[in-house]
Amino acid sequence: MAEAPKRVVIIGAGQAGGQAAYSLRLGGFAGAITIIGDEPQPPYQRPPLSKAYLKGELDAERLFLKPVEYYPEHGVELLTGVAATRIDLDAHTVELSSGAAVGWDRLVIATGSRPRRLSVEGADLGGILELRTLDDVDRLKAVAHPDARLVVVGAGYIGLEAAAVANQLGLKVTVLEAMPQVLSRVAGPEIGQFYNRVHRAAGVDIRTGARLAAFEGAGHVTGVRLDDGEVIPADLVLVGVGVLPNMELAAEAGLVCGNGIVVDGEMRTSQPDVYAIGDVAWRPLAHYGREGRLESVHNAIEGGKIVAASILGLPAPALDVPWFWSDQYDLKLQTAGLWTGADERILRGDPQSRSFAVFYLKEGRVIAVDAVNAAPEYLVGKKLVAAQATVAPGELADKSISMKDIGARALS
Amino acid sequence: MPKITYIDASGTERTVEGKNGMTVMETAIKHNIPGIDADCGGACACATCHVYVDGAFTEKVGKPSAMEQSMLDFAENVKENSRLSCQIKIREDLDGLKVTTPESQH
Repeated sequence: MAEAPKRVVIIGAGQAGGQAAYSLRLGGFAGAITIIGDEPQPPYQRPPLSKAYLKGELDAERLFLKPVEYYPEHGVELLTGVAATRIDLDAHTVELSSGAAVGWDRLVIATGSRPRRLSVEGADLGGILELRTLDDVDRLKAVAHPDARLVVVGAGYIGLEAAAVANQLGLKVTVLEAMPQVLSRVAGPEIGQFYNRVHRAAGVDIRTGARLAAFEGAGHVTGVRLDDGEVIPADLVLVGVGVLPNMELAAEAGLVCGNGIVVDGEMRTSQPDVYAIGDVAWRPLAHYGREGRLESVHNAIEGGKIVAASILGLPAPALDVPWFWSDQYDLKLQTAGLWTGADERILRGDPQSRSFAVFYLKEGRVIAVDAVNAAPEYLVGKKLVAAQATVAPGELADKSISMKDIGARALS
Repeated sequence: MPKITYIDASGTERTVEGKNGMTVMETAIKHNIPGIDADCGGACACATCHVYVDGAFTEKVGKPSAMEQSMLDFAENVKENSRLSCQIKIREDLDGLKVTTPESQH
């Protein structure tokens, strides 16, 4: 058997990188662990950034995944505010922006993703913000005064969550979406139509099919010009048009990359002693017989656990179905599975009641569920997805049959 | 500050000082209590912070909300005194609270 690794270096201090360290220590790893993070904070939760934290309901410390004392107490060297600048696969080192280099036996790349930037005229004006880090949100909060006019570019989860909070804080919010429907990349049309209605009823001006031509202003943004010439006045712009994987370090080192760093089921890259996890990893999707990149807490946590098990030579943890949630206003959307490729959608419950679900089927099997204020649909749905269960569409749509009964029948 | 005791499935007790307004889940994470995963960070979205509330405190702690109850209805090994610890906010009168973590959160 090969010698046990003595030194693990983790590039990236997000949820995936943090989890890898926690799971290594929990699993009994006695060697050295170093986490390199380019943000100033220890690993923290990102989901609340566009929700409770933006709203001012939580202070930053409550987002930390572990208290700061955890790291010294558990022998985890946490280097914050330092970027990894180069990976040397032959020398087994990572070079840092500080000029130092750290050596490793196993390297975990958890560099995450960064917001995609728009390349239109005026994109570098002041007041055009993005929402990925704590610092991003602090910048946004500092200028998000009630009555300010905020234009959100992109109606994905980040954009809509931020729009909901900003609306509740009293800002005048417009959301621009290039596609004909909101959330169209991440959910079926029933969900998009529902959230479209909810936001409009709350007073958010949602513009779908809106093509952005330029940002206007001198030094600071004053408006957003659409391709039909209309200018929407803006004191502030938040751009949420998706993310790009931070895979440059890996690619430059010669690791195989596509839309992310390519890894196997153990999260190993093309170099067996180098792993990649979290947003940056292009990984096998166990329940779907294909590969993909997932941007979620579930994926970050699972990747961290898989890597730790692999390094420790322990059995791999059970793989969960991808899951996700989004909080907007008084609505909790819970998603299990991936809906891409669905050939049938079943609506259960009435969206007007603000509690309903959409089940996504492919060849009769449940591949995903989006549940709005509908925990039973989500939880049983998740089990149906995991089992790739076949359920009669009529049964799923019939609210007189409980999810418990549907689950019991389909999973027996 | 209210003291909270976490008992794991094997019976090991760990008592820590909580802070009013923080949740029983957050307090567990802060003190590295095993058996509470809290994958979603307290959004009532994952049911991996399930605990059993000691009989002496079930009334004081109160009943779960409709959302939490739905999550519990479908969690594993649910009992009468099950709660999601991310939904229990610590208050002065919860001093001495004891909660037991289930064998597994999945």
